[in-house]
Amino acid sequence: MAIHVKYFANLRDRLGRSEDTLPVGEGLTVATVWSRLWPDRPLPPMILTAVNQEYRGLNHPVKDGDEVAFFPPVTGG
Amino acid sequence: MKSPSFHRSPGVEMKIEICAAPFDPMQALAAHQESLTGLCGRYGATVVFIGTMRDFNEGNSVQSMMLEHYPGMTEQHLQQIVAAAEQRWEVLEVLVMHRVGMLYPNDPIVLVAVWSAHRAAAFEVCRAIVEGLKAQAPFWKKETLDDGAQRWVEKNTAG
Repeated sequence: MAIHVKYFANLRDRLGRSEDTLPVGEGLTVATVWSRLWPDRPLPPMILTAVNQEYRGLNHPVKDGDEVAFFPPVTGG
Repeated sequence: MKSPSFHRSPGVEMKIEICAAPFDPMQALAAHQESLTGLCGRYGATVVFIGTMRDFNEGNSVQSMMLEHYPGMTEQHLQQIVAAAEQRWEVLEVLVMHRVGMLYPNDPIVLVAVWSAHRAAAFEVCRAIVEGLKAQAPFWKKETLDDGAQRWVEKNTAG
């Protein structure tokens, strides 16, 4: 079981990949999902975050099977 | 997801579509209005917004644009944006179409059409959906300039 992580747009280009899988851990949040995957890279400013396709803040809890997404400000329309 | 709107007449659903291929907003609008047989005589106002790709942005000539989205979250948020607008104003029907993929200048990007009994609700809801879409729906644009350089659009223009 795991957390599914997605990156979009210029963040994905900078990271060099579009997704990651992270083993489940106790007390995970959006912020700690990032810091476990990218321990040497602080989350860039302005990055938006979502859990299960809803906008959620960095302190939002993350549980087994969740989909966590990191992406830059949106520019549709 | 079903709209929580209390104003919608039975059997009429908002239509939200992500289009991977070019579409003709005028044709889509005409076809959709023709399909609204259950609303005949009930709408007195239709407001339409069409967003079209320019050949310039921030002082540069733009050759093409790749529009990316977050499948699933995009559709879900468009539904929520439309449902929120429908709760504030009395509207009868909404059509939203948005392109993804490779676009060239003059290609339609987005169509938002709103049908209501009176004009105020149609204008308000169309504006609210367009602004909500631009602020919240997870789409991103990557431009290719005339010299071949590529850049991500960092933010939408203010209006």
